[in-house]
Amino acid sequence: MSWGSWQAFWAMGGYGGYVWGAYATVALVVLGEAMFVRARLARARRNAAGTRKRRP
Amino acid sequence: MQAANPTPPGFRLFRYAAPAEFYRLAGRVVPFVAAAAALLGAAGLYIGFFVAPTDAQQGEAYRIMFVHVPAAWMGMFIYVVMAAWAALGLIFNTRMSAIMASALAPTGALMAFLALWTGALWGRPAWGTYWDWDARMTSTLILLFLYMGFMALHGAIDDPRRADRAAGVLAIVGVVNVPIIYFSVQWWNTLHQGSSISLGRAPTIAAPMLAAMLVMMLAFWAYCIAAALTRARAIVLERERNAEWVRSLADTAP
Repeated sequence: MSWGSWQAFWAMGGYGGYVWGAYATVALVVLGEAMFVRARLARARRNAAGTRKRRP
Repeated sequence: MQAANPTPPGFRLFRYAAPAEFYRLAGRVVPFVAAAAALLGAAGLYIGFFVAPTDAQQGEAYRIMFVHVPAAWMGMFIYVVMAAWAALGLIFNTRMSAIMASALAPTGALMAFLALWTGALWGRPAWGTYWDWDARMTSTLILLFLYMGFMALHGAIDDPRRADRAAGVLAIVGVVNVPIIYFSVQWWNTLHQGSSISLGRAPTIAAPMLAAMLVMMLAFWAYCIAAALTRARAIVLERERNAEWVRSLADTAP
C-alpha cells in the first residue's frame, strides 16, 4: 500500500476523523491503563516497604 | 527457591496457586509479554496501514477493523476467563482465583468499551449511524455493564473474601451473555455484519488484511495478559500486606 504523501496518509481517503479517532482512543486507553497498573503496583510495593519500616 | 525443601514434580504447578509464588513468577513473565505486545502492535500497525490495500467497498474506513475486532474478541474472551476464575474461587476457595478475576475485570471493561467506541466510529461511515439498538451492539453494551457491575459490587463490600464471592456469582451468571454476543449476528437479522473469519470457513477478506488483524489480535492478547498480571501482582501485595514475605520485599530488588 503506497500512500503517495503523508497528507494522503493522514486524510485516510476522507475518513481520517473516524480512523484516527478510533486509533487515538485505543492508544489513550492502552497507554493509560498500562501507566495506571504500573503506578498501582509501585504504590503497593512502597506501602509494603512502609509496613517494614514501622516495625520495631 | 532453595533446594532444601524439594517439591515432588507433580505438585510444582500448585505452588503458583500461592500468592507469593505467583507474585515472583508473574514478575518474571510480564516484561517479556509486554515487549511482545509492543513489537506485535508495531508490526500489526505497519501491515495494517502500509501493506493492506484499500477496501473496494469501504475505502480506508475499514482499517478501524484492525483494532475493533481484537478489542471485541478480548472483551468477550476476558469475560469468560474472568468467570472461570470466579467459579474456581467459589468452588475451591483459592485466594489467587478471585484475585485473577478482579485483575481481569478492568481490562475486560476497557476492551468492551473500545469495541463499542471503535464500532461507533466505523458504523458511521459504513452504515450511516454511530449507534443502533441491534442485537450485537446491545449485547456488547450489556457486557460492558456486567464488567462495571462486577467492579462496583466488589468495591461496595468491605470484606475482600465476601466481595470475591458476591462479585463471582455475578460474573458467572453474566457469562450467558457471551454466546448471545457471539451468535447474535446469526440468530437475529442485524445491522452488524457477520464474522470476517470463523472456524471451518475460508476468510472473506484479503490476505494482508487478515494478517494485520491476526497480528493485532496477538498484540491485544499480549497486552491484556501483561496488564492483568501486573494488576494481579498489585492486588496480591495490597491484600497480603501483613504477610512476612510482603514485608521482606522491601529488602530485595523488584
